[in-house]
Amino acid sequence: MRIGVITFPGSLDERDAQRAVRLAGAEPVALWHGDHDIQNVDAIVLPGGFSYGDYLRAGSIASHAPIMAEVIDAANKGVPVLGICNGFQMLAEARLLPGAHTRNAHQHFIRRDQKLRVENNTTAWTTQFTLGEEIIIPLKNADGLYIADAETIKRIEGNGQVTFRYAGLNPNGSMNDIAGVSNERGNVVGLMPHPEHAVEPGFGPNTAVAMRSGLDGLKFFTSVIQSTLLAHA
Amino acid sequence: MSTHVADTVENAIATPDKEQPYAALGLKPDEYAQIREILGRRPTSGELAMYSVMWSEHCSYKSSKMYLRQFGQKVTAKMKEKLMVGMGENAGVVDVGEGWAVTFKVESHNHPSYIEPFQGAATGVGGIVRDIISMGARPVAIMDQLRFGAIDHPDTARVVNGVVGGISFYGNCLGLPNIGGETYFDSVYQGNPLVNALSVGVLRHEDLHLANASGVGNKIVLFGARTGGDGIGGASILASDSFDAAGPTKRPAVQVGDPFAEKVLIECCLELYRLGLVEGIQDLGAAGISCATSELAANGDGGMIVHLEEVLLRDPTLTAEEILMSESQERMMAVVEPGKLDAFLAVVAKWDVETSVLGEVTDTGRLIIHHFGEEIVNVDPSTVAVDGPVYERPVAYPLWLDKLQADSASGLPRATTGEELREQVIRLVASPNLADKSFITDQYDYFVMGNTALSFPDDAGMIRVDEESGLGFAIATDANGRYCQLDPYAGAQLALAEAFRNVAVSGAVPVAVTDCLNFGSPENPEVMWQFKQAVEGLADGCLELEIPVTGGNVSFYNQTGDQPIFPTPVVGVLGIIDDVARRIPSAWQDEGNNIYLLGYTRDELDGSAWAGTIHDHLGGLPPVLDLSTEMDLASLLQGAAIESLVLSAHDLSDGGLAQALAESVMRFGVGARVWLNDIIERDGVDATAALFSESTARVLVSVDREDDVRFVGLCNARNYPVLRIGVTDQRGDEAVLDVQGQFVIPVSEIRERSNETLPKYFG
Repeated sequence: MRIGVITFPGSLDERDAQRAVRLAGAEPVALWHGDHDIQNVDAIVLPGGFSYGDYLRAGSIASHAPIMAEVIDAANKGVPVLGICNGFQMLAEARLLPGAHTRNAHQHFIRRDQKLRVENNTTAWTTQFTLGEEIIIPLKNADGLYIADAETIKRIEGNGQVTFRYAGLNPNGSMNDIAGVSNERGNVVGLMPHPEHAVEPGFGPNTAVAMRSGLDGLKFFTSVIQSTLLAHA
Repeated sequence: MSTHVADTVENAIATPDKEQPYAALGLKPDEYAQIREILGRRPTSGELAMYSVMWSEHCSYKSSKMYLRQFGQKVTAKMKEKLMVGMGENAGVVDVGEGWAVTFKVESHNHPSYIEPFQGAATGVGGIVRDIISMGARPVAIMDQLRFGAIDHPDTARVVNGVVGGISFYGNCLGLPNIGGETYFDSVYQGNPLVNALSVGVLRHEDLHLANASGVGNKIVLFGARTGGDGIGGASILASDSFDAAGPTKRPAVQVGDPFAEKVLIECCLELYRLGLVEGIQDLGAAGISCATSELAANGDGGMIVHLEEVLLRDPTLTAEEILMSESQERMMAVVEPGKLDAFLAVVAKWDVETSVLGEVTDTGRLIIHHFGEEIVNVDPSTVAVDGPVYERPVAYPLWLDKLQADSASGLPRATTGEELREQVIRLVASPNLADKSFITDQYDYFVMGNTALSFPDDAGMIRVDEESGLGFAIATDANGRYCQLDPYAGAQLALAEAFRNVAVSGAVPVAVTDCLNFGSPENPEVMWQFKQAVEGLADGCLELEIPVTGGNVSFYNQTGDQPIFPTPVVGVLGIIDDVARRIPSAWQDEGNNIYLLGYTRDELDGSAWAGTIHDHLGGLPPVLDLSTEMDLASLLQGAAIESLVLSAHDLSDGGLAQALAESVMRFGVGARVWLNDIIERDGVDATAALFSESTARVLVSVDREDDVRFVGLCNARNYPVLRIGVTDQRGDEAVLDVQGQFVIPVSEIRERSNETLPKYFG
């Protein structure tokens, strides 16, 4: 099982995403934004960061990177794709996922241990969760307010495309408390919080049990390993 | 292309009597005369620009140099053991074992941050991070030491929100975890806030790089952002001249930062190092190309020729002098072997970084700069970069100090009932300097890189260096301007001791020091006395603790009009921990653990947060410090960490035991039941001193009941004073801080009062 992690200029969390892939039991493959090559990987992660300094709009320039042609092609063929934070913004800009992002309602960058509710556990990246499960995943962004027109919101809510919702507190003013969404097929998922930062004891978010002990992010990666194995079986 | 005709060397020789604006560039008449003597002629305008920036206080350390020498003189063999690079380079480098090294430094960006808080603070982060890159290291953490004016002053919100926004913007976008720092408010910083930035980097021993230009024929390459008109004269004018309300606006002199360009530059440099394509490297900060060329050449073994028209410009109208002085951000200068130039250019192109080859290393011993074929600079580079003027400024003991020291806080009225004590605890918890800083720290990313083992509000930040072994470092900084105002020698040592203790409570072994010495005008003899005392205190303290100062920065002219700031020597201590899995958090997480107080409590309220907050009082003498006791305490904590005997450890400092208890119950919402009578009885103090005294060498720890005997045994064996003063109590909505016989405060109330202060003014 090989999972590609793309580095764009200004990517920040790509090495963390590679570590998460490794801890989940798969082989991380470093992919480069300028190549027209996804090296035949089984799944793809678009990591967090400030690609191109978030100039123009967050994720906008990166969504036109050479490798995105292959990413879009693979996504349309059903290859699992996960966009984390800036990666989510790129997937929205590339129209692989519905909606868009704007500045947090309070205008500040915010970093917090965020509670999420799992709203769909049938996507390629969420099968290891139970429906309605509450998980803690670190959140850190400046442009995290999820927004879409009323018709889109109605459609994705009706289709079960809202994958994660903020629980307890909506940290950025996102519509319907939406933290993450999927495409209709369920192979492409994007979310603002960072699952790759909740994979290793001692370095994750605080939980009720102990400080920095949260490991809920690992399930994103074990989910995609399981769903890929099932698809190949 | 520029139409301006630069002043040439030929022209300078031909027109010896031409009047030059040296005074406007910050040079004194005797300094100008000295330059003429060095050159044997008048300087060209380009040379004048170079000398003026490089001989400014900010770049030359001309007023501080004679004192800073102590850091290199007061050293023992043990202090040199782990030191790979000491003072004088871009940053000090310390061997942390297993083939790893850590480089770290703290620097000031005070004056730009008052004029333009957002860009001033942002470029402060950018500048210190480039110092770390230029040592061959990957930057892995940042911290900021901030001091603002009174929290309720109408201008403070502008500065706070700008500075915090700038640090958040730049640091988060660079992908560097922000793991700690300090925020204080005091009216002495109203017109002159302090914005210090610290960065830490990690490297393998073999990747160490230094800033020198050696090897005749090697190419001088400038890469990164283009050179523009921002920050021209920033070094000489901004950083070395205090603010005058009636003066002209200096806004254009503040640099503008682009963290995306710097992030790409970091990755590009690390790839260049990995492939061995760089012989020497220097970042461009204060004094831009003037500084980089003269320092590289002065540290090398030959000379250098530079063709200035090859510099890629953002603004084609810039004159040669402006190009030499520009402080445009996100630029680096490398020395590259000709045979490796193509490989170098390929890496730089991969990262979409712009590059130009400016010139090469020569054997002339001269730094020669041409502009469109004409020689505009021809100097001995060491006269620019190394052998600048050194001043022995007049020093005078401040006459007001005796009166201040005689005005002790010991006579101030004290609480007579538990109810009054409760009210004072709450007032301290909610006071600006002790209140929760989440409003600020929530804007910083500490998760990025996935190696952060501890961060604010822990006493020290801690980063894992090696994923396999768990090897890591801890770092903490401190400075107490109030103590330093009362006694700068003791105050500097107290800052050192507190940072040392904060590293020790995390379970790490302190090994090295960096400092950022923020003071008023060196032309004021009383300020110079404060500076002399503080440096002596720090150097003597480091000698006693046997940990070397590896680098740092001096910032003078921090004053508004004639009113200097409190002397504020920020001291950072770096520690090593073999395995970050054994780190000790600063607050307890579980119910039913025993709470111990290590160390003696004396009646020491002079200069305390209690005196300041409850009585608006500053006077007397700061707490007594015994560094050998601090070393015993640190060694005890290391022993406890190795045997995993303590669950949490929190240093007692500002606000004393009361504040430490409040922070410990707030952090994870686990309450405590505490008694003071044993402290009162053993140490002969009253309840006010027990709660609010700021005596040194004290730490609050929590211990699992199963480990009680071993822990107390450890303390007794080392003859360190220990008292069981309470137990951790229930968590959740019912959690309380119960100081028995005195008062009970719900944790929810402490948290609410602590959390509401900053958002009230800045939210």
